[in-house]
Amino acid sequence: MSDIKEKILKIYPEATFEEGESLLVNVAEKDWLKVATALRDELGFDVLTALVGIDWKDSIGVIYYLTATSRNWEVVAFKVVAADRENPYIHSVSKIWKVADFQEREAYDMLGIKFIGHHDMRRFFLRNDWVGHPLRKDYDTNPEINPIRLNDEENEDDTCVYELDEKGEVKEVPGKVFEEDEYVVNVGPQHPSTHGVMRFRVSLDGEVIKKVDVVSGYIHRGIEKLAEGLGYPQILHFTDRMDYMSAHQNRHCLCLCIEKALGIEVPRRAVVIRTMMDELMRISSHLLAFGTTAMDLGATTAFFYGFREREQVLDIFEKTCGARMSMNYNVIGGVIADLHPDFVKDVKELIRIMPDRLKEYNTVFTGNVIAKNRLKGVGILSKEDAINYAITGPSGRGSNWACDCRKVHPYGVYDEVEFDEVLETGCDSYARFLVRMKEIEQSCRILEQLVDRIPEGDIRAQVPKIIKLPAGRWYQQVEASRGTFGVYIESVGEKTPYRVHFQSPCFNLVGVMDICSTGHMIADLITVGAALDFVIPDIDR
Amino acid sequence: MFNFGQWTTAFNNWLLGIGVADWLTVLIECVLIAVAILGVYTVLALFYILYERKLCAWFQCRLGPMRVGKWGLLQVFADMFKILIKELISLKGTDRFLFKLAPYIIITSSVVMLACLPWGNGLQIIDWNIGIFFILAVSSVGVLGILLAGWSSNNKYTLIGAMRSGAQMISYEISLGLALMTIVVLAGTMDISTLVAEQENAWFIFSGHIPALIAFIIYVIAATAETNRGPFDLPEAEHELVAGYHTEYSGIHFGFFYLAEYLNLFIVSGIASLMFLGGWMPLHVPGWDGFNMVMNWIPGPVWFLGKAFFISFIIIWFKWTFPRVRIDQMLAFEWKYLMPFSLANMILMAVCVALGWHF
Repeated sequence: MSDIKEKILKIYPEATFEEGESLLVNVAEKDWLKVATALRDELGFDVLTALVGIDWKDSIGVIYYLTATSRNWEVVAFKVVAADRENPYIHSVSKIWKVADFQEREAYDMLGIKFIGHHDMRRFFLRNDWVGHPLRKDYDTNPEINPIRLNDEENEDDTCVYELDEKGEVKEVPGKVFEEDEYVVNVGPQHPSTHGVMRFRVSLDGEVIKKVDVVSGYIHRGIEKLAEGLGYPQILHFTDRMDYMSAHQNRHCLCLCIEKALGIEVPRRAVVIRTMMDELMRISSHLLAFGTTAMDLGATTAFFYGFREREQVLDIFEKTCGARMSMNYNVIGGVIADLHPDFVKDVKELIRIMPDRLKEYNTVFTGNVIAKNRLKGVGILSKEDAINYAITGPSGRGSNWACDCRKVHPYGVYDEVEFDEVLETGCDSYARFLVRMKEIEQSCRILEQLVDRIPEGDIRAQVPKIIKLPAGRWYQQVEASRGTFGVYIESVGEKTPYRVHFQSPCFNLVGVMDICSTGHMIADLITVGAALDFVIPDIDR
Repeated sequence: MFNFGQWTTAFNNWLLGIGVADWLTVLIECVLIAVAILGVYTVLALFYILYERKLCAWFQCRLGPMRVGKWGLLQVFADMFKILIKELISLKGTDRFLFKLAPYIIITSSVVMLACLPWGNGLQIIDWNIGIFFILAVSSVGVLGILLAGWSSNNKYTLIGAMRSGAQMISYEISLGLALMTIVVLAGTMDISTLVAEQENAWFIFSGHIPALIAFIIYVIAATAETNRGPFDLPEAEHELVAGYHTEYSGIHFGFFYLAEYLNLFIVSGIASLMFLGGWMPLHVPGWDGFNMVMNWIPGPVWFLGKAFFISFIIIWFKWTFPRVRIDQMLAFEWKYLMPFSLANMILMAVCVALGWHF
């Protein structure tokens, strides 16, 4: 810890530090761009893990969680406060870490922080005629200010850039997203292959894609805003409804974060059960990804094959958790119900059939020459780009980036089981697809090691009736089905959190749609989307 | 073999015999034929919809429609009534005339093609000396309907679908035509009844051996593309273009596209059975008189339909198995591989015929 302090002081002598769950460095806004560049180039902070905008009532600012992959995935937080609370400006880091592109747009949308030098400062989730910024503490929730609007958004092509002029004052430079004479095709929000209410505006030259504009927010439920008014046990159920294909992992993450803050020791039996549920969830998610990828490429039959096995996983969930989706299984301190007596038998049966079924998938779809031609070389994402855009999970590992949170920040019992981190060097859609198929094998391997070793004992620890977190901030990551899922909680010691931020993997995935699809055909937009495998509620939250 | 021509001639003579004027006889016969062909068209289309739904269900470990009627047999009728009573939605900004014309062009072209098929001995409506050529010409009219539909809808999806369809159908028509011409080289005629008669001793796929087999494979691939079916269903790729060129159609106008698509599947299968598998001609083995006799007891229409359904089964099979190709891959496949290959195959067939290397 002191080592990193010295290094930071070397590049930025004015830094002040706050101890906490992880080190927090205060950086003045005027120096931030310079410091950020040095952090990446000299100290090796190559991943922007999370960008959390926060309104502290007297000031407004952003906390950046940066990770240095070369130094054992060390995470350090940086706090930048805007000078003027009413009209906040912070320098954009979207040129240093490209993942900040959409994240800064989200922060602008939710808190009204304008990022100087960001190339496209539009709202991300809400309509551009929305009044106010919801995550500000002085936001007026009166429905008369923001009624349900029934008209189309006007001027959706308008954007602007904030720049510093010679005198050091911020000026607004208006711009357009698309040129006047571009052939823009609207894909979504209701479209068979966007896997939900996602909308892309695609500029075409014949059938070749020139630019993809992501329009998000059609399923934005304001989970982070809602969470600020609810107690901690009540927030839990939101996590199942973000990435519903990673329901267990997401909820696991929030529980871990709260348990870490409270200092609760979770019983061993619950830890093992949580780990097994996470892996079952991953299998189910990857089977769905197999099915939808096949279906998006037109192979409808393969879709049903994937779903056939997924049913079996869902049956296991149903028996133990009582639900097939939105299981609401993890609770603070453990899990809500004990395992069903059939659990061990069912899991063993699943492990037994899976190798044959994977072979069958290969025969039906993966080995098909048309499928290979459609997937190979489409949506190239180099390792550098994957790191810069913080593309984790199977998509990142398809670009040969070893980013598995289960390996770098082990939780649950992942440090006690043997499994390989699947890596592919193809960097294309085919590589991402293969990673998923091989991860099913690895998940089966983890389950195989655990299924006979579930210890007896309690399934949850004693927790206080009313859960109050001490004042402070915590950040927890787990490996969800689609990448690293992070939860940020800031508490001031009350029953409700002061600020909760969910750093969802799909939010980052959708950020590479433009660079992955540009130059390909319109049909490849669907391929790229299918292979990245984003889940829309996870983006919009 | 029983000749259906006896019945039709007898009917014609009877009409003339009871003193009906010549022109009226022709008129009555034309109306009867039109009614018959539309009836057959509808029944076949309904059958094909059920056939495909059931087959695809079995490929996908499902049961398919089961609720309406025994084994869901009446499901297609329910669907058809639904389509018939649906509203025809007219949209702003469409070219009204062309928008309404397009489904009729498509359906007309496929009805005319259906009329050319030989259903049995003497059971054929259009039969003249350029039969196959005529079928190819009429099938090209269908693409006009698709282009018009895509263009007149005033929608970007339909326009892309229509342009894809134009590129695809015009390209694959070449291979399709060349594959059929290969058989014409072998047969030495384009007349449909003569083509069938020539296959009395051996179907062309046997008598023409290797080049005929290659032509058959090329034909099936090209025919799949011609009918816009998977893996070549790009014009209506629902995962990219929603429904392609017929996105904006509703009610019976959509129904026309739907019917024509299934009927075109039957028609290309029918042509394949005519050109390669002997049409309505039973399976004969020269010298096995007893066997041939038994085969002759099975009526011609059964043979014809059986062969057509078999080829449709193959086409449906790979639609539900393969992923969809991309437009550039599809065009490259046609122009770089399929067309040169079918040209070479035609030359091979010509050499075989010139040297008498066929049965």
